[in-house]
Amino acid sequence: MEALSPTMEEGRVVKWHKQDGDPVKTGETLAEVETDKAVMDLVARADGVLRQVAVAEGQTVPVGSVVAVIASPGETVGVSVAAAPPPAAAPSGGGMRDAGSGMRDAGGMAPTLADVARVKASPLAKRIAREAGVDLKLVTGSGPGGRVVKRDVEGSASRALAPAAAPAVVESHPASRIPHPAPLGLPLPERTGAAYQDVPLTQIRKTIAKRLATSLGPIPHFFLTTEVDMERAADARDALNKQLGDQGKVSFNDIIIKATALALTKHPACNAWFQETHIRYWHEVHIGMAVAVEDGLITPVIRNAELKSLADIGREAKELAEKARSRRLQPTEYTGSTFSVSNLGMFDIDQFTAVINPPEAGILAVGSIVQKPVVVDGQPAARRRMRITMSCDHRVIDGATGAAFLKTLKQMLENPLAMLL
Amino acid sequence: MATLTYRDALNQALREEMQRDPNVFLMGEEVGVYQGAYKVSRGLLEEFGPMRIVDTPIAELGFAGIGVGAAMGGLRPVIEFMTWNFAVLALDQIVNSAAKILYESGGQVPIPIVFRGPNGAALQLGAQHSQAWESWLSHIPGLKVVAPATPADAKGLLKSAIRDNNPVIVLEGEMLYNNKGEVPEGEHIVPIGQADVKRPGRDVTLICHSKTVAVALKAADQLAEREGVSAEVLDLRSLRPLDEPAILASVARTNRAVVVEEGWPHAGLGAQVVDVIQREAFDQLDAPVLRVTQADVPMPYNKQLERLAKASPERVVAAVRRVLYLD
Repeated sequence: MEALSPTMEEGRVVKWHKQDGDPVKTGETLAEVETDKAVMDLVARADGVLRQVAVAEGQTVPVGSVVAVIASPGETVGVSVAAAPPPAAAPSGGGMRDAGSGMRDAGGMAPTLADVARVKASPLAKRIAREAGVDLKLVTGSGPGGRVVKRDVEGSASRALAPAAAPAVVESHPASRIPHPAPLGLPLPERTGAAYQDVPLTQIRKTIAKRLATSLGPIPHFFLTTEVDMERAADARDALNKQLGDQGKVSFNDIIIKATALALTKHPACNAWFQETHIRYWHEVHIGMAVAVEDGLITPVIRNAELKSLADIGREAKELAEKARSRRLQPTEYTGSTFSVSNLGMFDIDQFTAVINPPEAGILAVGSIVQKPVVVDGQPAARRRMRITMSCDHRVIDGATGAAFLKTLKQMLENPLAMLL
Repeated sequence: MATLTYRDALNQALREEMQRDPNVFLMGEEVGVYQGAYKVSRGLLEEFGPMRIVDTPIAELGFAGIGVGAAMGGLRPVIEFMTWNFAVLALDQIVNSAAKILYESGGQVPIPIVFRGPNGAALQLGAQHSQAWESWLSHIPGLKVVAPATPADAKGLLKSAIRDNNPVIVLEGEMLYNNKGEVPEGEHIVPIGQADVKRPGRDVTLICHSKTVAVALKAADQLAEREGVSAEVLDLRSLRPLDEPAILASVARTNRAVVVEEGWPHAGLGAQVVDVIQREAFDQLDAPVLRVTQADVPMPYNKQLERLAKASPERVVAAVRRVLYLD
């Protein structure tokens, strides 16, 4: 089982494309595997014949365990790969892990597994990978014996900018995670006998849980909220869409992404990562865009959003959201964001606080646009208004720093022409 | 700045130091009347007289010992060996006396002596006269070892060696004596223990000394022209002490290194350089450090075999291609 995403620890075989005895060629898809992020293709790494398929469809095994053997035509495979147990009705991670290590002990497979587990890389490549957060297991080495060298990691880092540690998931519903303590003296009712259902954690849910537990706990969050007048943004959007006709469509979210990216270029202090020994200030802006998917959420990335036109952002956002929902995002498409935007406006949420997507230092939570009475020039008027809340990592961003960024963002949204400045 | 040959730069250093300090004297085979087997001491007998330019019999152990005794008595001898191949006969005085007396006297008796002469292969001198001794000599605590590659470094390092209060080995080269270069006049000192970037580069560091500096520079030219590779040439100049900070700084820039040395591969000086790099620059390395050395055989007399046995620009280029993963 190959590591098909930076954070993958185990994978579930969704469907075998090749069967025992089928000839296979390097690069051909052997099976579809559900990782913690997406359904990915597991491809053949050698030419030969597929033998000893050890993992059944629906079964989950840890990264590094044998899923099958590619043999030369006519070769007798001397190694017996223990038949994996059939998938249990309610698979438990621990049980599967045991199954995996059982196979690991099977006969002469150990050296192969050791080869798989140890990534040969130059010391420099290892250091660069560590600093850039690139998973060496995902990098193809061009050196002798497949050694990963500097040029391989640099290529990969610039493609992905991708922290292995980089979380691709943002929680946007804090209410569901804030524990509600029982009122004093009123013990929670016993639920004995009540019907319930245990639903096994999906890969994506496991990752969401793991990633977010590393956020609100260790990261000292604080929140800044402001209300934005969206009248002129709405006019601008209508005008732009009229102009575009059937050439595409600009949404409020696209305008918010663009304005956020531009505001970040003016406030680089908010476009940063907190690291153990330093703060990394990015010179580029990559906006993570939280997208709800069937059983979780994921943040595909709009790279260099500050440089892209609204129409391009609109097209890209639509494409990425569709890929996210069909679980076809590639790792490079959901890693490397420097700041995130989460929008629950379409769910009629007025205002909320989002959980920072570590190691980013900030995330913007966008509420719905509602018409409400406000006082304009001393007179009551009906205006379209939107509440935005920025969550800040206080280790990187101080109150005044975050407020200054938010003020710039508000000015841009209230007067979209300011984005041209 | 005057353009001088390597031999005249050494001559200038000797002359200036003998003028500056009456305790400095030169002793060796043919240094006086014949003015040196390689004419390094030309004109010195005339200027300083036979008390300070002393011709000796063919007896390396003897005159090396006289030198050590003179140093113990407060003089500053410069002992010339016609070649370091002959100095093997004097190793007992160099290793067991010169290198150890300061230590064994509890720091009371310094030995300010210079042992100098041509080292390594020249052209078709045969196996017994074509040997590079730097790894032997650098091995010994109590000795300093320098190996200048250019006339300016030859002058600056010999002056430093004469002024040093410890025994200093100066490794020259028969094939270097005729080389010309600009040499600063008068007080020009190259401190012992400082390497020198002879050509800056980005992609790989060629670490070399003495005659292999020219080999590395030629390889760097070829790499730039044919491969688009930018090689940095770092001349060690001092072999003991080694300028470790300069080595590490260069490797930090280039992430790859090839050591080019005279001498045989086994337990050679380059192995010491590689040790420094792997220990202190492990995380900077993108490839194993390779060495280009003399072939692991007695030096052949046959001209073509001798050429193939020596470190050459072609072999350096091949090693660089390997550390850059170009093959």
